[in-house]
Amino acid sequence: MAQVLLVGTDCSDCGSRAVEYAARWAKADGLHLYVVHVIEWSPFSFSTPQENEERHMRREEELDRAHERIIDPAVKKLRSEGVDAEGVIRHGQPAETISALATELSASNIIIGRTGQSVIKTKLFGSAASTLVQISSMPVTVVP
Amino acid sequence: MSKMIKSGLVLLGLMVSASALAAEGIDTQINEAVKPYADAVAGFIFSSFPLAGVQFPFVLVWLIAGATIFTFYFRFINLRAFRHGFQLVRGDYSDPTAAGEVTHFQALATALSGTVGLGNIAGVAVAVSLGGPGATFWMILAGFLGMSSKFVECTLGVKYRNEYTDGTVSGGPMYYLSKGLAERSDKLKMLGKVLAVLFAIFCIGGSFGGGNMFQANQSFKQVLSVTGGDASWLADKGWLFGVVVATFVGLVIIGGIRGIARVTSKIVPFMAVVYVSAGLVIIFTNISAVPAAFAAIINGAFSPEGIAGGVVGVLFQGFKRAAFSNEAGVGSAAIAHAAVRTNRPVTEGIVALYEPFVDTVVVCTITALVIIVTGTWDPSVDPSQGVALTSAAFESTLSWFPWVLTVAVVLFAFSTMISWSYYGLKAWTYLFGESMITDIVYKVLFLLFVVAGSSMQLGSVIDFSDAMIFAMAFPNMLGIYFLLPVVKRELNEYWADYQAGRLQKFGKAANRS
Repeated sequence: MAQVLLVGTDCSDCGSRAVEYAARWAKADGLHLYVVHVIEWSPFSFSTPQENEERHMRREEELDRAHERIIDPAVKKLRSEGVDAEGVIRHGQPAETISALATELSASNIIIGRTGQSVIKTKLFGSAASTLVQISSMPVTVVP
Repeated sequence: MSKMIKSGLVLLGLMVSASALAAEGIDTQINEAVKPYADAVAGFIFSSFPLAGVQFPFVLVWLIAGATIFTFYFRFINLRAFRHGFQLVRGDYSDPTAAGEVTHFQALATALSGTVGLGNIAGVAVAVSLGGPGATFWMILAGFLGMSSKFVECTLGVKYRNEYTDGTVSGGPMYYLSKGLAERSDKLKMLGKVLAVLFAIFCIGGSFGGGNMFQANQSFKQVLSVTGGDASWLADKGWLFGVVVATFVGLVIIGGIRGIARVTSKIVPFMAVVYVSAGLVIIFTNISAVPAAFAAIINGAFSPEGIAGGVVGVLFQGFKRAAFSNEAGVGSAAIAHAAVRTNRPVTEGIVALYEPFVDTVVVCTITALVIIVTGTWDPSVDPSQGVALTSAAFESTLSWFPWVLTVAVVLFAFSTMISWSYYGLKAWTYLFGESMITDIVYKVLFLLFVVAGSSMQLGSVIDFSDAMIFAMAFPNMLGIYFLLPVVKRELNEYWADYQAGRLQKFGKAANRS
């Protein structure tokens, strides 16, 4: 089975730097590249009955938007560069979802961008990248 | 946007004029005019028969008998599926590719926020005062039996919901009564239709009454009592309180301001945790009184002293307050639970077991214990003063707690109103069809009732609206009896899959046995 890489991305610039880095790696080693975007969501959040009724519709909208703005352009660009790329969109807690997905897809490495948020904010809430480094069961490359 | 502001202003004007009328004593006029009819309906719904010297309302027998029958028919589903229910809520069986849909946890939490509220705080105090500590025992028993009722109605709610092409879903007793009975036989089709319409009418009544006016009225009373009672600046300004509450409710249900709904939906569970923790703190500080309290609960349940009606009287108080609090068999929760995303309707029924459990077995029991161990219960209490009694019980140990309780009461009332406005709207659109106009008419009416509830002393109207909530149980449970074989079949298939390990687990749960 071909080796697999997984790169996490969001709409920020760092994300796309991570994607470029992953693309060079995948191309050089002839690896399959999953481009992953996680829509922040928790199964344990509280909602009103009205929100629940519309949830399925909203989810479809969120997926469409993520495809349109983030994943589809990225995958298209990668494929035009000759990278064997595929897009995945999931709902969940970013770090946990990427880590679980990497296991599920048998990725050998995870590549992720770093959002340049303030020190205080990171201290309080952590960041996707640092959490991922803590919980991942495979090597994580953080692209600044 | 300017259109929205304009219509908002018109609405505010309407509410203020409604309350101005109330202030001029029109409330007594309305009361006089409505009283005979309201009393007749309430009298019919709560029509009772004498049992050992206690007037036992038929609706209570209807609810408890149904819950008992369901418990036996599904071979103690309330106990045997309890552990599995927890696994479902935790998400052991949730496929990560379906993440982002309404989870079991969310459906349960939404339904709970509609039931946890004044019943747990005020109702329990009344039960323990009038029925003695023994009422707690019967309340817990009724909670356990009520779990089976919720199981059945929520399974049906999911099974017969409507799924629309735009991806939204709508479910509840009106749908399972009409679609489910039609599926059984042609003869039952007509009955199903009639039951569904009756249910919808009662549900609208309940949403204006018990789910609205009663909540507004009781929360205003509590606000009044902490701000100084009759001497309070607010004493004659119930309408102002009503307008403020109605404005917030309106912002959520008409303005679609998600922020407020989101904030409350986060604060309400937090307040519930604060309430339960405070209760536990009081129980632990009076730990030496706990064994005696349990003895009093057991002895009081079977051989009460000085309670009107003896054992039957105690049982009546416990059952009544449990039914008021968890609404099992009423059908309201089936509307909220129907939004879950699952292809096995039984799973939501199993998750719904936790609703009466949390509401009645846990929260109500804590309130009861606090009242018993602090010795605050008072057999001469006026049933409308339940909140004050619970407040006093907490105050005896935590002097600052009445303020926290006030915030909790107002927030619980607010979230109950949001939930009931949704239940009522679903029933309303079932009867009148879905359109912008029917939608807005219902919502404006709902807001007017908020103001009315907090500014008027409409005793009989409030009785009437309570009666409407319980009236929902008649068409709902009658229809359910015809649908029991459907639920049984679904349950048996599902349970066989579960026990044979054919249900796929995901994530970390996959590695647990």
